[in-house]
Amino acid sequence: MGAYIVRRFLWAILLLLVVSFLTFVIFDVFPSADPAVLRAGRNATPALIHQIRINLGLNKPFYIQYWRYLKGLALHFDLGYSYYNSESVRSEIFSRLPATISLTVGAFIVWMLIGLPVGIVSAIRPRTLLDRTLMGGALVAISAPVYFIGLLALFLFANGTGLVNWFDGAGSYVPISQSPATWFGSLILPWFTLAAAFAAFYARMTRGNLIDTMGEDYIRTARAKGLRESLVIGKHGLRAALTPIVTMAGMDVGLLLGGAILTETVFNIPGVGRYAYEAITNSDLPAIQGTVLFGAFFIVFANLVVDILYAFLDPRVTYG
Amino acid sequence: MSAVREQEELQREGADAFVQLEIVGRTPWQLFWARFKRDKIAILALGFIVLLVLCAIFAGPLSSAFGHPPNAQYPNKLDAFGTPTGPSSSFLFGVDQLGRDVFSRVLYGAQVSLEVALIATVLSVAIGVVLGMVAGYYRGWVDTIISRFIDITLAFPILLLALGIASACSLGNGCVAGLVHPGLGTVIVAIVVINWTYIGRIIRGQVLSLREKEFIEAARASGARARTIIFREILPNLVAPIIVYSTLIIPQNILLEAALSYLGVGITPPRASWGQMLSDATPIYNTAWWYFAFPGGALLLTVLAFNLLGDGVRDALDPRTTT
Repeated sequence: MGAYIVRRFLWAILLLLVVSFLTFVIFDVFPSADPAVLRAGRNATPALIHQIRINLGLNKPFYIQYWRYLKGLALHFDLGYSYYNSESVRSEIFSRLPATISLTVGAFIVWMLIGLPVGIVSAIRPRTLLDRTLMGGALVAISAPVYFIGLLALFLFANGTGLVNWFDGAGSYVPISQSPATWFGSLILPWFTLAAAFAAFYARMTRGNLIDTMGEDYIRTARAKGLRESLVIGKHGLRAALTPIVTMAGMDVGLLLGGAILTETVFNIPGVGRYAYEAITNSDLPAIQGTVLFGAFFIVFANLVVDILYAFLDPRVTYG
Repeated sequence: MSAVREQEELQREGADAFVQLEIVGRTPWQLFWARFKRDKIAILALGFIVLLVLCAIFAGPLSSAFGHPPNAQYPNKLDAFGTPTGPSSSFLFGVDQLGRDVFSRVLYGAQVSLEVALIATVLSVAIGVVLGMVAGYYRGWVDTIISRFIDITLAFPILLLALGIASACSLGNGCVAGLVHPGLGTVIVAIVVINWTYIGRIIRGQVLSLREKEFIEAARASGARARTIIFREILPNLVAPIIVYSTLIIPQNILLEAALSYLGVGITPPRASWGQMLSDATPIYNTAWWYFAFPGGALLLTVLAFNLLGDGVRDALDPRTTT
C-alpha cells in the first residue's frame, strides 16, 4: 500500500514536470511574437526592449530559460507577471479562487442531486416512457453549449432583464464573507447552468452502469435469496455501479476548479476562468499560461486523490 | 429499438429463412442499414444533418434568395439607440449589433461548424487510429511512450489547453514559425492535438485483444510484415469502433470550435461562426433575443442531431449495447 501511494506520488510529480515543460513550449517557444515587445507595451524604445530581453533572460538559450522558469515555479509557485497590468499572475489567480470554488462546489452538489436519481430511476424502469423522456432530456442537455443555456437562463429568469424576475442575473456575485444571502442568490442560475450538462452526463452513466450491474450473477443471487428489490438495488447494485462515477466526479471537480471559463464568462463571475478569458482578450500570454498550468495542477492533484481513494474503496485494486 | 425485440426479430427472420430454405447472404453494410433504418430518431437526425449540409453548401444562393449578404451592414435596421431590430419579413432572424442579417450569418455559420467538424474529426481519427494501432500492436516501449503521452495530454484542462494553443497562435504571424495561422487552422490544430488521444486510447485497447487472435497468429506465421498485419488484418476489424467513435466525436468537435470562437480565439471575424455570434449576443441578450436564440438553437440542434446519429450508429453496429 505504501509503495503504491509513493509510486502514484512520483508519477504525479513527473506528470507536473512534463506538463510545465509543454506549457513552456506552447507559450514561450511556439508563438512567433517577441515576448520582450509584448512585455514592453506600446511605443517602446529599442533600448527598453533590449533591457527587458536581458532582464527576462530571453537572450539565453531555450533550456536555460526553461530551467529559470521551472525553478521559480517549484520554489515560489511563480507564474510570472501579467503583460497587461504587471501584477503577479499567482496572486491574481489566488484572489479569484474563492469565486471559482463557490461555483464548482455548488454546481457539483446540484449535478449529483439531479444526475444520480435520474439515472437510477431510468435504470430501474428501462425503455419505459419515463426512461425515454429522461434520457431524451439528458441528451438535449449534453448537446447544449453551456453559454447558450446561461444566456437562455438569464433571458428567462434574471432580475431586471428576464421575462420573470426570479433570480439575480449576471455580474451580481459577491464573496460569501460579504453577504452569504446575496452570494447564494447570485449563484443559483450559474450553479444550475454549469450543472446541466454534467447532470445529464452522470444520469446517462449511472443508468448504463446500473443496468449492466443488474445483469450480474450476484444480483440474481441476491434476488433468489428473497431480498427486497429496494435492497438489491440499493445495497448490491448501486455500490458497484457508482464506484466509477465517484472516480469521474473527482476528476470533473478537479477540472472545474481550474476555472469554469464559459460559465464564469457568461455570468460575469470574477473567478479563475473569467481571468483566463480576460487574459485572452488582452493577449496576456503569462496570465493564460498561468491559468492553464494552474488548471493542470488541479487535474493532476485530483487524479492522485482519486487513485489513492480508489485503493481504499475498491478491494479489487492491487497495490503490488 | 429494444435489444430484446431486436433479438426476437432476428430469430424470427432466421426461422423464416429456415422454412423457406433460402438463405440470403448479407454484407455487413446491409445488416447495419437494416438495423439502423428501424431507428426512427436516428433517421430523423440523419435527415436534419443532410438538410444542414445542403444549407451550408448552398448558403450563398439561400441567403440571396431569403436574406442579404452575410457581411453587409444595414444601419437603418438599428434604432436611434443602436439597438438591432428583430425578425421581419426581409430579415427573417433579425439583425445583429452592426445591422447584419442574422439569417444569412447563421447559414454561413453552418459552413464553419461543419468544415471544422469534418477536418478535425478526420485528422484526429487518422492520427488516433494509426498511433493506437501501433501502440497496441508493438506494445513495449512504443506503447509506453504513446500511452504516457496520452495520459499527459489528458492531464491538461481540455478547453484551457485548446485556448492556450489557440491564443498563443493568434498573436503575430501564428506559431511554430508561422506554420499555424490564426483562425480556422489554429482551431483545427488545437482540437486535433487534444482529440486524437480519445480515439487512440480506444483503438489501442481493441488492438491489444485483437493481436492475440488466431488469424493474426496465422498471418504472422505465414511471414506477413508488421505493416501488412496492422493495415490488412487488424484495421478492417476496427471499422465498427472507428465509425462509432468518429460519429461521437463530431459533436464534441463542433462544441469545441464554438467554445473557442465564443471566447474569441476561434474563427476570425468578419467570417460568421455560431460561437462568435453568441459571444457578440451576450452583452445585448436582453434587448436582442433573436441574436442568441437563432445561432444558439442552430448549434444545439446540430450537436443534438450528431449525438442522436452517433447513438443510432452505435446501436446498429453493436447489438449488445443496452443503452
